[in-house]
Amino acid sequence: MIGVLSYFVFFCSVALILAIVVLGLNLQWGNTGLFNAGIAGFYAIGAYGFAILTAAPRADLIGNFGLPWIVGVAGAMAASAFIALVIGIATLRLRDDYLAIATFGIAATIQLLALNLDPLTGGAMGISSLPNPFRGLFPASILNNLCYLALIVALVFVVYAGLQRIVASPWGRVLKAIREDEIAARTLGKNIDMFRLQAFVLGAMLMGLGGALYVSFIGFVSPADFMPILTFQVWTMLIIGGSGNNKGAILGAVVVWGLWSLIGAVTVQFLPPHFQIYGGATQAVLIGLILVLTLLLRPRGLIGERTTASRHAT
Amino acid sequence: MIGQALADGILTGGILALGAIGYSLSVKILKFANFAHAEFLSVGAYLALTLAALMGAGTPIDPLSFGLPLIAATIIAGVATGVIAILVDTLVFSRLRARRAAALTLVFASFGMALILRNLVLLLWGPNAHYYGQELQIAIEVLPDVRMLPDHVFVLVLTILLVLSLHFFLQTSRVGVAMRAMADSPALSQACGIDTASVIRWTWLLAGMLAACAGVFAGLTVQIRPELGFNMLLAVLTAAVLGGAGNLFGAVVGGLVVGLAESLSVLIIPASFKPAIPFLLLLIVLYVRPQGLFTKSVRA
Repeated sequence: MIGVLSYFVFFCSVALILAIVVLGLNLQWGNTGLFNAGIAGFYAIGAYGFAILTAAPRADLIGNFGLPWIVGVAGAMAASAFIALVIGIATLRLRDDYLAIATFGIAATIQLLALNLDPLTGGAMGISSLPNPFRGLFPASILNNLCYLALIVALVFVVYAGLQRIVASPWGRVLKAIREDEIAARTLGKNIDMFRLQAFVLGAMLMGLGGALYVSFIGFVSPADFMPILTFQVWTMLIIGGSGNNKGAILGAVVVWGLWSLIGAVTVQFLPPHFQIYGGATQAVLIGLILVLTLLLRPRGLIGERTTASRHAT
Repeated sequence: MIGQALADGILTGGILALGAIGYSLSVKILKFANFAHAEFLSVGAYLALTLAALMGAGTPIDPLSFGLPLIAATIIAGVATGVIAILVDTLVFSRLRARRAAALTLVFASFGMALILRNLVLLLWGPNAHYYGQELQIAIEVLPDVRMLPDHVFVLVLTILLVLSLHFFLQTSRVGVAMRAMADSPALSQACGIDTASVIRWTWLLAGMLAACAGVFAGLTVQIRPELGFNMLLAVLTAAVLGGAGNLFGAVVGGLVVGLAESLSVLIIPASFKPAIPFLLLLIVLYVRPQGLFTKSVRA
């Protein structure tokens, strides 16, 4: 019973951390139409930013400042925001696909740096013993994990409420206007480059927050957690849930993470050990198929965006 | 030392150029960034591997490590990869075009297709590295202090021939002219009675064939792995952006710049950071000259 419950807590924690990332993507893609092909990169920046700031000092590593949890989370978000700013300024005034190419590049480069910049990132071994505000609070670790899950739920709620509010605000309406018709938005005197940059940076901050929450949850950081497949998973979550809809983003995260875990469990159960490598490939093919088929057959996703019209329209 | 790095860079650059030309063709004519393009390199490399194996070893043509079967296999694999590209277009991209989906939706779908193709290759051929031949080769001195394997010289010469014949094809043949017309203005070319559907098929065929050649060449110079294409994707995209997507010789120069920068970087930084070089170049280009080296201006 405890086993099932602790798996449930683990599952919900990861799914809801990913939900924060999907909410960030929804701001970029769903509301503004910005294509981010490097989600895994921004997630990794948050994760490593958090680890470098908070891990207990170790002689062979630069960084590891042992700072408090909250400083780590803030630093992770700031680091993701900074990289998003650098990429955004370079690409957002250009044609749409340059952002896709540049974000794809940053994700590949961050993965490379994580693996090879040993003095800062710990290389393939990563950095361990990362702080978690609830570790050691109770003797039973499941209670600590439950507390952390409660914190994640609260954060998801705060992020959701915040996004709902700003998307409904005049600022959010400009984002939608840019997505629907860039030239019309420009004609109305909106500085669209600035709006897109703000949305991109804000979305990347949420991805960084997700990365920090995740490594604080599992207690260590290593390059294996930031493979390109993560980017595909997050996209699929948003597309399935319904891009442009924040509730859909959260629903998509839970549904797709559930499917992914289920397929993983089934392959582990039924495939002989030396075929396990093919299990991962099967999972990836299925994610790809779901992505393409949803785009083809049900572009609105499960929930989809509510059509809004001006109160003054007739 | 520098001479050797230059030679290696030109070889890599030539292969990247083949990938970048195919990618640029599809960007110009189909109007979206196709991230699945790199997977056609892997598909072509593996198809050629299987076809060559089916045809039997054959005797290697003296200084080269492979015989006629691989050459025949590459040609068939090129056409087959082109056909697969057309198939992908029919199944996915053409439907999205018919629905008048935004260009970014097609980019999105191309990422999904890339994931599917890459993992199908992994499922079909397994995760291990393959080689076209077991022959050991001795490097020959092509210039003072510059050594290259005979295979590499062959690849380089063939790359140059391919680029030249493609240039000739685009400049003179009816299809080539139609392709260039459609790159300039799809609406106008349709009004002129150009069969746009057939131009699109030709584009995919050419892009697939070039990608398959690049894949086989990359397999000959390094090894064949399921990630072969994916690992070259960023370099290919950078080469295309550098050349100003759409310009054939621009893509060649872009490929050479990326290849040379990669191989020269090893003289300064640890080799493990080499894959980051294309990204650095990309950022510099996007900040300084986003329209590419050879395009006048045009900001869409």
